[in-house]
Formats: sequence, C-alpha cells, structure tokens
Amino acid sequence: MADRRRMTGTHLTLLLGATVMVIPFVWQLLTSLKTLTSATRVPPTLAPDWRWSNYTAVFELLPFGDQFLNTALIAAARTAGQLLFCSMAAYAFARLRFPGRGLIFGLFLSVLMVPPPLFVIPQYEIMADLGWLNTLAAVIVPGLFSAFGVFLLRQFFLGLPKELDEAARLDGAGPLRIYWSVMLPLAKPGLLALGILTVLASWNDLFWPLIVNTDPEKMTLSAGLASLQGQFQTDYPVLMAGSLLASLPVIVLFTVMQRHFIQGIAFSGNKG
Amino acid sequence: MTATVTGTADDVRTAVPAPVPARRRRQWRHRGAEAGWAYLLIAPTGLGLAVFYLWPVLQTGYFSFTEWGPFGGHEWIGLDNYRTLLADEEVLQALGNTLLFALLGLLGIPVAIVFAALLNRPRLRGVSVYRALFFLPVVTMPVAVAMVWRWLYNGDFGLVNYVLSLIGVEGPHWIADPATALYALVAVCIWASLGYNIVVFLAGLQAIPREYYEAAEIDGAGPVAQFRRVTLPLLSPSLFFVSVLSVIGSLQLFDLVYVMAGSGQAARANPAMPRIQTVVGLFYDKAFYTNDRGYAAAIVMALLVLIVVFTAIQFRLQKRWVHYG
Repeated sequence: MADRRRMTGTHLTLLLGATVMVIPFVWQLLTSLKTLTSATRVPPTLAPDWRWSNYTAVFELLPFGDQFLNTALIAAARTAGQLLFCSMAAYAFARLRFPGRGLIFGLFLSVLMVPPPLFVIPQYEIMADLGWLNTLAAVIVPGLFSAFGVFLLRQFFLGLPKELDEAARLDGAGPLRIYWSVMLPLAKPGLLALGILTVLASWNDLFWPLIVNTDPEKMTLSAGLASLQGQFQTDYPVLMAGSLLASLPVIVLFTVMQRHFIQGIAFSGNKG
Repeated sequence: MTATVTGTADDVRTAVPAPVPARRRRQWRHRGAEAGWAYLLIAPTGLGLAVFYLWPVLQTGYFSFTEWGPFGGHEWIGLDNYRTLLADEEVLQALGNTLLFALLGLLGIPVAIVFAALLNRPRLRGVSVYRALFFLPVVTMPVAVAMVWRWLYNGDFGLVNYVLSLIGVEGPHWIADPATALYALVAVCIWASLGYNIVVFLAGLQAIPREYYEAAEIDGAGPVAQFRRVTLPLLSPSLFFVSVLSVIGSLQLFDLVYVMAGSGQAARANPAMPRIQTVVGLFYDKAFYTNDRGYAAAIVMALLVLIVVFTAIQFRLQKRWVHYG
C-alpha cells in the first residue's frame, strides 16, 4: 500500500534526523568514559574503558561542587523572583486600569528588543559600585526582572475569563486578594511555562556570569567550563565528563517535564 | 425595561447584586485606589527594569562617545569612536562575519519545516520521542554543546573527520582553518536550534484545520500543490516569527564562538579567528579583556542599529507574504 510505504519513508527520514541530533551526545558519553590515549586513537574505537575517574577528575580541575551549587541557587532565586514580580506586573497590566498603562507597558516591551550586550557595561559598573563583583547577588539581582516574563504572563492573564475575577470583585475582594487567590491559581500553566523557561535560561546563561564573576569559586557551571578551554593541555575525556555533568540536570528536568517544556515554547512562540 | 438611568455603565454592572457593604465597594471602585494598587504591583519589575536595563541602554549610548582611561574615568570624545570604527578592519570583518552567520543560519528553516511536516502526519507513532530527541540540543547548555562539537571537529581525532575518511576524504582542522571555520560553526548553530524551530512550526501546522486539506484534495490538488497553496500561507506567521528570531539570535552570537574558538590569548593564536569573530565577541574582548569600554560601547551601538534595520526590513517585507488568518 502506498500509504504504508510513505509512512516507512517518514520514519526513516525522522530516524536519520534524530540520529544526527543524538550522535554528538552519545559520542560525548563514550568519550567521557575513555582514557586520553584511547580517546585519541586513530581510527577511533567505540568501546569505552569505563574510566569513571574522569568524572571525579572534573572536581579536581574546577571547584565543580561550588559551581554546581552556585548555578542551582542562581536559577532558583531568579525563577522565584521572576514568577512573583512578573505575575504581579502582568496582572496589573491585564486587569487594572491606571493612567500611563500603555506608556509603561511600551517601555517594558522596549527592553525586550534591546540585545543584552547593550546593558552589560553599565550593569558591571553598578555591581562594581555596590561591591558585588564575584558574588551570587551580581548574577541573581538583574535576573529577577524580566520584560519577557511580564509579556508572557500578561498574554496568559488576558486569555482567562473575566467573569471569575469580576465575581470576586463583587464579593468585595481587593486587587491584591484577587491577584493572589483568584488569578495566580488559574495561571498555573502560564507560571509553569515561565518557570521552566527561566530555569533553562538561567542554568545555561554564559555572557553575564562570565563578565561579573571571575573568581572560580563564584562562577556558574557555564563560565567554569568555558574557562577550561584554551588551557595548554586539553584532556577531552575529562571535558566531556564535565560538560555532561553540567548539562545533565536540565536534560533530566526536560525529560520529566517534556510536555510542559514544549507547551511553554509553543506558547511563547505563537504569542510572544 | 427598568434600570437605574443615572450613573455609568460600571455602576450598572456592579450595582446588580448588591449585598456588598457600600464602603468597601466604593474603596475598590475608586479609581485612585485601583491605580495605586497597579503602580505598587508594577513597581518591583518597573524599578528593576529601569535601573538594570533602560538606564544602562542610555548610558551605553553615552559611553559610545567617550574614551576610557586605563585607571577608570572617561572623557567625551564626540564621534571619534564611530570614525575609528568605520575604518577598523577588525570591526568591519566582525560585522561581515555576523551578517553571514545570520544569513546562512536561515538555511535551517526549510529543514525544520520538512521535519515538522513529517511529524505532523496523521497517525504517526512516536511523535513525542522524535520531538524529544530533536529538542535535546535546545535544552543543553550551549557551552557543553560547543565543547562536544569542538571535540567532534577535532582535526586529528575528531569523529567528523573519521567518518569522512571512510569515504576517502581527508577533512581539515575545521575550527582552526580559515576556509571552513565559519561554515562549521553555522552547521552547529542550525543543529542546535533545529528542535526549537520544529516545535514552533509543528504548533503552527497543528493549528491548520484538516478540512482545508480535504477541500484541496477534492479540488484535485496533489501534495506539492497542497503544501504551496494551503500549508505555506497558513504557516507564514510561524515562518515570520522564526526567521525574525533566528536573525536576531545570530546577530548576537557569542557562546559558541567563545568556547569553540577561544578568547583572549587562545583566540589570538587561532588563525581562523578573523573569519569567525562576531560583533558580540569583539565587544566582549574590547570591553572586558582590553578594557576599551568607550569603543566597545560604540561597537555594540552599531549592533543595535543592525538589529533594528534588519527587523524593520523583515516587518516591512512581511506585508507581502505573511497571512494572518
């Protein structure tokens, strides 16, 4: 049957594509378990030597434990801050009337269009003035505020039925009460989407953490790993082990919450 | 019909079920109070964005007209930075490279559409598995992605050159060879963003009603005609979104080049560096490696102009080809 043949063709093409996507990760894993000698053998061998000590070697090369903790703390703080602050502002923009609403929202949106390098010199100056260079606060604090998050959640709030908060209004609830007890519970999918995107962005961010924290013990994983490149001797198996360990938490998070990830991306993709 | 004739529409709406204590109702309906709450709710993000984002943009604009001394402090030098910039081989080369990255990066879009269309076939099994595999590079830390690809591209021991050797081709030192470095990096960019683009296109495709295809089929349209007459026009908003985002993203490329080609001393040792240095990479180098912050600010202002121009062009052109249902 022609349809059957077409389906097989579809699967073959998709399998080919998926293979190209996955091979680098497989190669990363295999290399991370080889000795340097066997990793640099020509022609290359597939079989790993099960050299798990590459994974402990990462901790000798870098303050990897500290950097792991830094990255996790920064991601958690930025995500919590954005969920709270962005949802507050988004609720106000979506449901309250006040003079200057359009103008202020326009200013928020204008931040979205400016590329990050335009912020970093003055941001660096601020951090230096505050004495915050080489602290976690330097990475966390600017990341608590997001124009994108406000925009995303505002879109979400606008899509919620007005009757619910109007009913609460008639029952005498104030704006704060409506925001907290009516809107936030309804906005869980939107909050989840923003939360996932923020964790992802924060965990993987390189540019700002690299600039502001140069002390290895205050670095994030991204910056720490990046600092290894260009060193005189490149031990690829150890680098592969380190890069795998550093990206694993987000990959696990993605695998567990795949549906929400995809929805978040598709939502921001079609509305943002 | 009996209704309170006096008062505004708002009063009618709130006046119908009336067992609310009058004082509280007035408090909430009072415009000043509502506005007060709104400003309070907006204040944290508003102040944060003003201090860390809006004001810094203006400051960067100002810095672009200054020169920074080696021990801090800066003085106004007018348009000098911009004059230097326009004659600076290094900057022009970086601008050219960045534009090439943006242009070649668009080649990933047709690939993403093909895979999204395949994934959108009715009764296809394993969609979520395929989607997850394609999406893996999107969630992986870019620094890790760059390291893996640096290893794959390694001239002596890399997997890429080994596979090429099987068909009798001797591969170059991809990242260190001026002839290949840019294309090797573009391939990684496309590979890394493919999953994201597929997800956006797939969402766009799924929003197209099946009846349109059925109607087209009744009219005798084959698969190619259906794709051209139904799919493409209805997918054009997603296509527009992805291409704008792709160009803006490529114009700000930094992580991949920083990790794969190195920075500072390592970058200077790489013979291919002039061919792959991006505007943001050069900005980072000037601002935080050689501490020439006034000049760095001018470079990044040029980037802003580039992004605004390109986005404006895309928005202008969209009127000709983007259909909003």
